[in-house]
Amino acid sequence: MTILQAVEVRKFYGTFCALDGVSLVIGEGEHVSIIGPNGAGKTTLVNVLTGLLPPSAGTVTFKGHDIGRLGPLRLLRLGMARSFQLVNIFPQLSVRETIAIAAISSLGMGGRAFAPLRKNRRVWETVERVAGLFGLAGKLEQPTKSLSQGDKKLLDVASAFALSPEIILLDEPTSGVSTAEKTTIMQVLARAAKETGIKAIIQVEHDMDIVFGYSSRIIAVHNGKILADGSPAMIRARDDVMAIVVGRP
Amino acid sequence: MSVASLNASLTTSIRHGVRPIQVVPVLGLLIIAAFPYIAGPHYAILMFSAIGFAIALMGLNLLFGFTGLLSFGHAMFLAIGAYTAAYLTSAKIMSLEAILLTAAGVAIVVAVPIGLLCIRYVKIYFSMLTLAFSMLLYSFLFKFYPITGGDEGLRIRLPTPLLFDLSGLDTVTILTGPMYFYVFGMLIVLTVLMWRLTHSAFGLGLRAIRENEQKARYLGVNVQRYRLVAFVIAGVYGALGGVIVAIPVGLAEPSIAYWVQSGNLVFMLLLGGYTNFFGPVLGAILFIFFQDQLMSYTEYWRLTFGVLLAVIVIFFPNGLMGVLDPRRVWST
Ligand SMILES: Nc1ncnc2c1ncn2[C@@H]1O[C@H](COP(=O)(O)OP(=O)(O)O)[C@@H](O)[C@H]1O
Ligand SMILES: [Mg+2]
Repeated sequence: MTILQAVEVRKFYGTFCALDGVSLVIGEGEHVSIIGPNGAGKTTLVNVLTGLLPPSAGTVTFKGHDIGRLGPLRLLRLGMARSFQLVNIFPQLSVRETIAIAAISSLGMGGRAFAPLRKNRRVWETVERVAGLFGLAGKLEQPTKSLSQGDKKLLDVASAFALSPEIILLDEPTSGVSTAEKTTIMQVLARAAKETGIKAIIQVEHDMDIVFGYSSRIIAVHNGKILADGSPAMIRARDDVMAIVVGRP
Repeated sequence: MSVASLNASLTTSIRHGVRPIQVVPVLGLLIIAAFPYIAGPHYAILMFSAIGFAIALMGLNLLFGFTGLLSFGHAMFLAIGAYTAAYLTSAKIMSLEAILLTAAGVAIVVAVPIGLLCIRYVKIYFSMLTLAFSMLLYSFLFKFYPITGGDEGLRIRLPTPLLFDLSGLDTVTILTGPMYFYVFGMLIVLTVLMWRLTHSAFGLGLRAIRENEQKARYLGVNVQRYRLVAFVIAGVYGALGGVIVAIPVGLAEPSIAYWVQSGNLVFMLLLGGYTNFFGPVLGAILFIFFQDQLMSYTEYWRLTFGVLLAVIVIFFPNGLMGVLDPRRVWST
């Protein structure tokens, strides 16, 4: 079943064309890696797919809704979550509080203005479960700004995950993260895709071990165009793609 | 589950179970409660208005300390409280409850449309817009003599709280006795309400907005609605504080809406410390008493205040409450 669809999407920054006629269909059960050299348009693509940037031409639909009309809150209610390429944190909030914000939204408890949050067991159970999955359980009380670069990324992914989305879009979730933590992130996501409600994962990724180790499908982007879109085996066989993306023939 | 997660749940129960008593605030509240017995009537009445300012400041700090929006026009809500008291008491409606409820109602009616406009902006733009609205109100109060009494203002007669028999008592006795404790009770109730509000899911959402608006939005916080609610609640606290501040003065004058008054409120907040829940209360009291003392010693009290503000901002960015109690009483 189709979850997310882009048709002939173009995106201009001024006169510069960052996306040049991109079409794709993402269905249930897919784990898609978007690869491509720096400046290829991967972040722009994710931003257009999540409604953060309006496309200059073409359409993006999520579960049949035009994404431009939804806005982040409705997107979230319909089951879409995302993380950002650049480190994106609440500097003075703790790890616990950061994940709690997502847990509160996914439990629909945001409007509770007078109930003590401290006593909300469902929120804290979710927080501790998610923190445990991502190896952040020992750092719950730390202010986010004091975390290492890798932990900040981990927390960003964990808080998107705590929203219990159906589709999750991650822009370079493993950049700056240690190899061990990369594996953690990927295993948690892979397990979540099987066990919980995550139906599709879209991930911008530079680490080819991860790309080929975890994806069910790979989309290679170059100069704002889709260069190749297919199974890992098919992409591996494309010498032109490997030359552009990995930088070796 | 792993040792790490067990550890985490232990720290959680420690953190969430037993809380160290907030010594400084409890001591402070006891002193305020006993103040009419330990200080003369002049100072007790000063404390009366300090309580009014403290309530208004708690509202201002919901916007600034928690949500990250600095209003330079908060005095407009003080004015709403003061003028409501003036209109109702001159219409022979002497019930303090009626005045407080009306002031809160007017504050909501005014804060919703102004808030809807102002919360679209952040940082200096928000500050300037709130300043503009307060100056608009000031000009109105100043110019529309037939309705507002112009620069002479309107008289406020001493209201009477429900179930209180104040007949035969003189104003000073009332203000330092029954009415003082009534107002102190309001401070307690409004502090508890604000504490609950800021320690709820809603309060955490406000802090998330302050830290990173875009991320908050992507984690499901309805940024505009949260900001509007914070703005309206701040307005209600401002108006309730305004009623209290105006009662001992006995007069509602345009100057209560003037930008200097809004500036004083911001000063009080920095003085007490906006990073601490009780900073506003301390700031209001210190300001009122410093001002009283300085004005009697020197005509250069404004200059002294300016230097003081500079010293605080540079050396004590978390205000004096931050010195007394460095723990941020902000966390969940
Ligand atoms: N806000 C912007 N304004 C102008 N040009 C931009 C902007 N964002 C990205 N670009 C340009 O668009 C191209 C694609 O950028 P991006 O999508 O970030 O690539 P990637 O994520 O694949 O590295 C780059 O050449 C970049 O310089
Ligand atoms: Mg990028």
